[in-house]
This record gives sequence, structure tokens and C-alpha cells, in this order.
Amino acid sequence: MHELSIAQGILDIVRETLRERPDAVVERVFVDVGALVAVVPDSLDFCYGAITAGTPMEKSELVIREVPISVRCRDCGGESAVESFVFRCPHCDGSSLETLSGNELSVTGIEVQ
Amino acid sequence: MEIITVERKVLKKNDEVAAENRAMFERAGLFVVNLLSSPGAGKTTLLEATIRAGEGRMRIGVVEGDVQTDFDAQRIVATGAPAVQIVTNGACHLEAKLVQDALAGLSLEGLDLLVIENVGNLVCPASFDLGEAKKVVIASTTEGTDKPAKYPKMFRVADACVINKMDLLPHLDFDVERFKSYAREINPELEFIETSARTGDGVAGWIDWLSKQRGA
Repeated sequence: MHELSIAQGILDIVRETLRERPDAVVERVFVDVGALVAVVPDSLDFCYGAITAGTPMEKSELVIREVPISVRCRDCGGESAVESFVFRCPHCDGSSLETLSGNELSVTGIEVQ
Repeated sequence: MEIITVERKVLKKNDEVAAENRAMFERAGLFVVNLLSSPGAGKTTLLEATIRAGEGRMRIGVVEGDVQTDFDAQRIVATGAPAVQIVTNGACHLEAKLVQDALAGLSLEGLDLLVIENVGNLVCPASFDLGEAKKVVIASTTEGTDKPAKYPKMFRVADACVINKMDLLPHLDFDVERFKSYAREINPELEFIETSARTGDGVAGWIDWLSKQRGA
């Protein structure tokens, strides 16, 4: 879903972060993509390659960490992973769950030469 | 070799504008709903029925979002409620900035409820905060029993689900209870409201839900 504009958003963040360091050579850009975010990592990687081609960022690599969905049960406090989008506490069968991870879509780090 | 720590959200700009919208709505004492569904589920028809049935009880304004045409804004204005139309020219979902810009053309004074009718799409709109208080997804009986399982993100982020076109049940194999149980697997706290926007059945219950959410 909109992997192209997301790839552009990633590039914008990298450029803003390195504004004071115009000579920095970017090797890798680290990105977290949560499972709830509906972004396909392969598509994102493809789009990133397409928009960096022919630019100084051409050789940089996108490193995508896929973050699984995890929740905390408001009834028993137990934490668990969510499989196949089934949101039920495996400890107490409770249904009031706070999402702890899975919504991430962020640039976490940039590796420069 | 050096690793610079960043921690910047990619959708930060949309989130920031959404927060501005949210703050503006709160200052205006306005309750705002983001109305979502696939194309043709009945968003505009339900809004027309809501405006008519809510007359005297709730003053409603609408921000319409479509790829092309202002047909929907025209329909809303014909019911007597104020509306503005966002034409995205291709974008398949609304974003906070589009809504912020459109609001310049709508007076919020005297309104109790603002509904943002999103572009018909069960995928992308689920990911973009517009500054609303609640997200409501409309699913119609003609779309099939298994839709919550097929579009998990939309049903996960929704606060309520209107099941529309209930009047067509005799002609369909739609299983209302199975639909709800698919949806509850993903979002156990999802509330359901059954309506027929065309006949008016259930619209009073929908208005009750809206009033309750407003805290009225």
C-alpha cells in the first residue's frame, strides 16, 4: 500500500537527518515495519531501489525489520504475540488488549561510511 | 562506519496535521467521525438518512472525499446539511492535510457532528489519521460474510461497524452472526449497528450510538 510514497518519505527523513553532513555516504537505512501496517517489505525495497537509482543514494540498502504484533491483556496483564490477526489473550481468554507492537513505520537508524 | 540513531515515523507529517485537526475539533466542541467502507456500501445514503432522521436533534456537517465528482456533496447539501467536497483526482484515501484544507470552506459553528466520508476503499484509509474521534466502518450485506477476515486492518482500527442493507437479507446468503464473529476475532470490542439506510430501519439506533459517543 503506497510503498512508493513511503519510500519517498524514508528518503526525505534520511536527507533531513543528514542535512548538516552533505558528504556522508549512506550505506544502509534501517526501517521498522509493523505487521499491522499493511506495507509489503519486498515492494518497499523495490520502490526504494527505483527512486534511488541514478542518485547519490543509489548504493544504499534498505534494511527492513518486520515487527510482529504483540499485545498486553488489560484483564490479566499477560503479554502475547498475535497470530493471524486473532486478538484474544491466550492466558485468560480476555478480549481487552492493548497493542504493544505492530504499528511501527519508522526510520530507526542510518549507517554512513 | 557509523550508525546514526534516527527514530522518525514515516507518516509523522500526516500525524502532525491530524493532531492539529483534532485540536481544532476539540476547541470547537465538535464530535468527528471518519466514515469508511468499500465503494457502494452505503456511506452517503446512510448520511442522508441520518441527517433527515436527526433533524432537530443533531446538526451535522459533512466533508466528502471522492476520486472524482462532487455528486456526494451535492446529495448532502440537498438534504439541508452543509458539505464540502474533496476531489482527490486519483488518491485512494483521504489524508489529514486534504481535510484541513477542505475545512477552510466549511463553517463549523453550530455543528454537533462532523462526518468525514472517506474514499470508498477498505484498505488504505485505515492507515491515515484525519484527526477524527471515532472511525466507523460500514459493511453491507451484499459484500459477503467473510470481509472482516479479508480486511483485518480496517476492522481492527474501527470503533464501530454498521452492517447496512439489512433489507436485502432475504435475497442473500449473508450470515450476520458469522460476520460478527469474524470481526470480533480481530476486534473483540467492536460495536455493531444494523441498518437499512434505504428503508430507514436501524437509523434511530445509529443516531443513538452517535449521541452516546458525543457524550450528549
